[in-house]
Amino acid sequence: MALYEELKTKFPEIVKEGFQEVDGEVVVCNREGFLDLITWLKQEKGFIHLIDLCGVDYLGYKPKTFEERFEVVYHVYNLDEKKLLRLKVRVPEEDPWQYSITSLWKEANWFERECFDMFGIVFKGHPDLRRVLMPEDWKGYPLRKDYPLFSEEEDWEPYKVLLEKYKRRG
Amino acid sequence: MSLVLEVNKKQKGKDSWEEPFYLNMGPQHPSTHGVLRLFLELEGETIVNCDPIIGYLHRGIEKLAENLNYNQTIVLSDRLDYISSAANNVAFALAFEKLLRLEVPRRAKLIRTIVSEMARICSHLLWLATHALDIGAMTVFLYCFRDREWLLNIYERICGARLTHSYVRVGGVRRDFEPEVIEELYRFVEEFPKRITDYETLIDTNRIWLKRTKNIAVVSTEEAFNLGLTGPCLRGSGVSYDVRKFRPYDAYSEVEFEVPIGQNGDTYDRYRVRMIELRQSNWIIKQCLDRLSETEGEAVLAENSPDLLMPEKVREVSAQPHPKLGVMFKPKEKEIVPVGEAFASIESPKGELSVYVVSDGSSRPWRLRIRTPSFVHISAISHMTKGHMIADLVAIIGTLDIVLGDSDR
Repeated sequence: MALYEELKTKFPEIVKEGFQEVDGEVVVCNREGFLDLITWLKQEKGFIHLIDLCGVDYLGYKPKTFEERFEVVYHVYNLDEKKLLRLKVRVPEEDPWQYSITSLWKEANWFERECFDMFGIVFKGHPDLRRVLMPEDWKGYPLRKDYPLFSEEEDWEPYKVLLEKYKRRG
Repeated sequence: MSLVLEVNKKQKGKDSWEEPFYLNMGPQHPSTHGVLRLFLELEGETIVNCDPIIGYLHRGIEKLAENLNYNQTIVLSDRLDYISSAANNVAFALAFEKLLRLEVPRRAKLIRTIVSEMARICSHLLWLATHALDIGAMTVFLYCFRDREWLLNIYERICGARLTHSYVRVGGVRRDFEPEVIEELYRFVEEFPKRITDYETLIDTNRIWLKRTKNIAVVSTEEAFNLGLTGPCLRGSGVSYDVRKFRPYDAYSEVEFEVPIGQNGDTYDRYRVRMIELRQSNWIIKQCLDRLSETEGEAVLAENSPDLLMPEKVREVSAQPHPKLGVMFKPKEKEIVPVGEAFASIESPKGELSVYVVSDGSSRPWRLRIRTPSFVHISAISHMTKGHMIADLVAIIGTLDIVLGDSDR
């Protein structure tokens, strides 16, 4: 918990809470000022390797202890101290956005695009926010919990157009 | 919109096909290693801009996993990087074991290490074969496939499948090695280093090979971290970051091996790194085989590992039956898996593969996030290709060692 204490004294307004998990420290941050914190971690504390960036939807999660619906989870790694840190930023459903970290890591570009694709979380400051895995004209965000697992093929508009085109041909 | 139309639309409004010239490469191009589409902006033959487009193989594994139980999810992991599926199985199993706080028996750990190193050799052989074929060396392709076939036959002997193994289970492995498998593996380990020398004599100092790979797609150390390269691509740039050394899992803490690094960070260095890794993997398998005899007859599955058919819900029955109503059910459901989250990462043949799993207590993961190396590497293509020729683009795709099943999930 050493790093949490340090972060808490350095950024008292940004850091919300921290706890120890099986595989490392977890620090929950506020959305405002998050960029300062992660920039400091990368430049001063040596967390130079961004392993992962992903979103989680907590709609209907039973053991939930907070209000916000989404969470953006960052895994950063320090190679010198061999330390893994998990940063979490909670994002409410009404205005799902978060600051982009593409200025720090180019790698985050596609991670953020995927997070937008799957959860509809908008990343402010992202140079090119498009869908990456789903087709460009897809409607809805597939990894949200209220998105159905099964759907008909005709639900996708371009497929319907294609079917009609081939029907006309006979 | 069809691909041709899109290209035409960009050209519209111009008098003729003048520069910049837009070209669409893929998704059915043979040297894009699958269904990768590259939208190129060219000036002559030089690439000005490259926009990789993926998603043609998207199967929604993360969404599917949320509706299956933990053991069933491992079957999905085979379909990620289908060339080295044993390594993917291990990544999933490690994350779930962390969540369930399971201790894996030593023999199972050794077997897992052998299987994932075999996967590394398989993957690197296929990489060498296709990479050399893309650049123009045909013979290497045949040699590599011959040796990969040998390994696939051993896999078939181990678990009955050649590509999609599902051999690793949460808490161990499915079944023990047969004595014949160990004999065959010993034969392979003895023979394989000679085969590696064979490949090297073919291309190591070949003039065409050197011209096509030296000083192509040079990535500096800082740039490599910035782009998120991992695995042999990062090591080619001179960083000795290997998950097997930094966060050892399975039996990697008890075996010896070296982490090779390159100096210039070009395509040739990444090739050399992978060739040395082949030898290191071979050595790791040999050490593990020697240690297997020490653990003869031990269990390969932890005793408290979850059943293949995990119950969806378990309701807790009160200890004392009610005098009038009989046995009462508590409204609270019993936890099958502890609530919490776990993160595990492995050094898969392509790079760092990590799994982040969130549990809500039921037998199904609430969220299963897979960070695959190919996804990140494809995003790096656009930065690495700037200023190169189209012909080098094929070499760059080859050197990154991408599999589209891995990136699209």
